[in-house]
Formats: sequence, C-alpha cells, structure tokens
Amino acid sequence: MKIFNIPDITTDGSYTLGGSVTGIMLTNHQSTWVILPVVIVAGALAGALTGLIHTKLKINALLAGILVMTGLYSVNLIILGRSNLPVSDLPSLFNSLHLVTNPNQNTLLIISVFVVVVTFLIGYLLKTDFGIAMRATGNSESMIRALGVNTDRMKITGLALANALTALSGYLIVQFQGFADISMGIGIVIVGLGSVIIGETLINWFHITKVWISLILVLTGAVIFQLVLAFTLAIGVDPNLLKLVTAAFVLLIVSLPRLSFNKAS
Amino acid sequence: MIAINDVHKAFNKGKANQVNAVNGISLDIKNEEFLVIVGANGSGKTTLLNLVAGSVIPDKGTISIDNNDVTRLADYKRSRWIARVFQNPMSGTASDLSILDNFRLAAIRTKYKGLSIGINDNFKREVKDKIATLGMGLENKIEQPMGTLSGGQRQALTLLMSVMDSCKVLLLDEPTAALDPRSAEVVMRTADKLIADFKLTAILITHNLKDAYNFGTRIIQMSEGLIINDLDGKQKTALKQNDLFDWFG
Repeated sequence: MKIFNIPDITTDGSYTLGGSVTGIMLTNHQSTWVILPVVIVAGALAGALTGLIHTKLKINALLAGILVMTGLYSVNLIILGRSNLPVSDLPSLFNSLHLVTNPNQNTLLIISVFVVVVTFLIGYLLKTDFGIAMRATGNSESMIRALGVNTDRMKITGLALANALTALSGYLIVQFQGFADISMGIGIVIVGLGSVIIGETLINWFHITKVWISLILVLTGAVIFQLVLAFTLAIGVDPNLLKLVTAAFVLLIVSLPRLSFNKAS
Repeated sequence: MIAINDVHKAFNKGKANQVNAVNGISLDIKNEEFLVIVGANGSGKTTLLNLVAGSVIPDKGTISIDNNDVTRLADYKRSRWIARVFQNPMSGTASDLSILDNFRLAAIRTKYKGLSIGINDNFKREVKDKIATLGMGLENKIEQPMGTLSGGQRQALTLLMSVMDSCKVLLLDEPTAALDPRSAEVVMRTADKLIADFKLTAILITHNLKDAYNFGTRIIQMSEGLIINDLDGKQKTALKQNDLFDWFG
C-alpha cells in the first residue's frame, strides 16, 4: 500500500536528527516525555522542507530528499557536537519506565505499546476523508486535483508525517542502544523501503485491500527484514558486509516479482 | 454560466517551437447549455477545456464561472463548480483505492477533507443505489479496487462520481476515446442523462462526429486556436450529419 509514489531519502537524515535531538536532550537532563514531541516536530520540519523543495521549486523528489539529507548531516553534527554521544548512563525511556521486572521484556513491552499506538493512529488517519485524499494523491494526481485537493499541501503534509515517524524511530533506537551516532541513519531508507516492499509483496499475494491488514503486513515485513539481518549475522557473516547483504536482500525481494519463470522466448 | 473573454494561451513562448494554442477566444456558455467542441488535433480544444478547468492559466483575457472571476484561480479551487471526466480512464479515478473510497472523495469534492471517517453504512447504501442505476452489476463490488474494472466501467463510474456532490459544470474531454463502441455508447448515454437530470452546464470534446451530431444543444468547431463555426439551438437541430463531415472536408 503506497501512499505517495515518492522514494523519500530525507529519511537517512531525519532518523539521525531524531537520534541527535534525543541524545543531546538526554545529556541535558530532559525527561524522555519532553523529548518525544520535540523529536516529532523536528522530523516533521525536515520532511516539510523536502516537500516544499519538491512542490514549490518543482525539484525532483529524489533530489529534494538528497539535498535535505545532506544538509541535515551538518545540522546533526552541530546538534550532537561530536560524532558519537553515549547516553546509556542517563535516565531514558527504557530504564526509567518499569512495566515488568525483566529488562528485556520491559523493552519489548514499551516498544509494543509504541507500535500499537502508532499503527492505530496511522490506520485511523488513512481511513478518514483526509487519509483517503492522501492515498489518492499518490495514485491519480489529476483526479484528486479535480476533486478539490491541493496536492502540493498534501505532499508536504505527508512527507512531514513520514519524517516525524522516522525521527520517532531515531528517538527509540538511541535510547535502546544507549548512544547517538552521526552515521546511525546511513542506509535506513533501504531498511524502510525493504520492509515496505516485503509488506507490499505479502499484500499482493493475499489480495489485501483493507487498511488495517495492510498495515499489519507492513509491520510483518519490517520484522522479517530484521530477522534476515539477524540471521545473516548469526551464521557468522562479517558485520562489515551487513550493508551489502541488506542491499542484496532488498534487490532480491524487489526483483522476485519481476522474474518470470515461464517467459515466452 | 461560463464567460470566456478574449482568452489567449501560447506554449513555449518566445521559442522557435511556440504554439499559439488559443488565439483570442470569446465564448459565452449559458446555464444548462450542453456545448460540443469539435476540431482537428492541435486546434486548441483541450487547451480551452483546461483553461476552463484551471489546469492551464491564460496569458491574456478573463474567464468567469457563475459570475465569479476564476481567471487565476487554481484548478483544485474550481472544483466547487466543476467536475471532470478525462480522456484516460486512469486519470479520473484512483486505481488502488476501492470504488467506495473513490466515491467518498467525489462526495466531498466541494467540501473540506477532514479527520473524520465518512464512510458508514448509510453512505455505502447510497453508493450502491447510485451504482445500481448504471445496470452494470457493479453495486456488489464497491469494496474492489477501481483498477480491477474495465475502462468503460471506470468512465461510467467517473460520470456518476461527478454528481455525488453539488455540480454545476461538467467537463468531458473525449471521454469515450479509449473505449470500445458499446462501452462508448453506454458512457455517452449516461452522460447525456446526468446532464439533463441534474441540469448541468456541460462541455464535451469529441472526435466522434456521430456523438457531436447526436448530443448537445450547441456545437462549435475550432481551428488553429479560433472558433470557426458556432451553431446553437435550432441551427444545431437543423444540422445534418453530412454537413458536419463537410466541416472537415
């Protein structure tokens, strides 16, 4: 289920942006609950900027994303002050909130709550009139303009939402791994893309049209993707090759549906 | 209803390949008039329609709809009055969305698309009843993606969608060009019926002279960005199909 037909590379920058903001605010003894809205707004701004460049200056979406991502690298360095910022000793989401005693289960539970809440919000949004208009924007722009929707504004809003969510991921991962790093976002767009493509393959297999099931399948795609990476490491592949494996795996799942085994010639 | 006053539009201005698509056209389209536009390729028909719809903004001249000056108004703001059917069935509907979702968007064409869920049982029933009037058996497929339907079915549904919300002007840009003869006939009949039932002002562009002859209350012929023939009311009724062929002789 594609919303827009735009591969948004801002992701690499806004993921790190979310992480950087989280890192520096934790270091300055801000509560994790104060950081959360700041991270979301920061990510949304990055996405909106890509959207503005794409729609108002009529610059190719891919290039607009690359420009913002490149700019964000410096912004993130300025925010972090250095290339790596440890936060593991500071009170964060996972060590200040105790739902169960086992720390691993506690982390899983907190993450699950986030996933459920975000999935619910997205699912609801996509079913509203606004959400239908947003889905139609990526589908048939001429139609949705004729139906009274400002597609420029819709794209800016959509990219802002997407990058707010990406920044939220950065927020979670920094607190999970205990450090913010300037290069943590490299290739994250491929992770996202890979997850969505696995999800989409499943959606097409089972002919899913329902929004909720589609979202759950995209989540499944993300889990499968991470499992493949974990499996790769577990069988002893050199960690330096991880990005190569990631790229190869995404290439594989993208090309699988296009490979035909009973071609005419 | 629609007043077009000395409108000019050129593409690639100042370059060697400048095209003067519309060369100073003035046209007054009355309320409930069904205007048919014929003309060779490149005569400026589609540009004229796009000028009315707002996809193209004129270089010179004014356009008003229902006494509102819309000359520089963006296309999505003109949807308050205008519904469109495109030549390509893909353009008028969203393929990945269900028929129901498409109809929901059409039902709020003139309204704000807010953060509430508008599709409920009442709405579903309303859509089913509307679609049943087409007699295509599509009323039980409203949860299916639009993309699973044929071009003819999609054009017929696009027409129905145009009257889901209040509509004054219907723009039809060669709606049957991509269809087989039987589907084309269904689509044209549906259009004619909706235009009469909902008292719409309509503009139809067509290359099919039979349609141009059978439908509409006024016909104009365009050539090189100008109107070279304009027959309305009785004159159009008196027109014979062969006279139309002679226009292109």
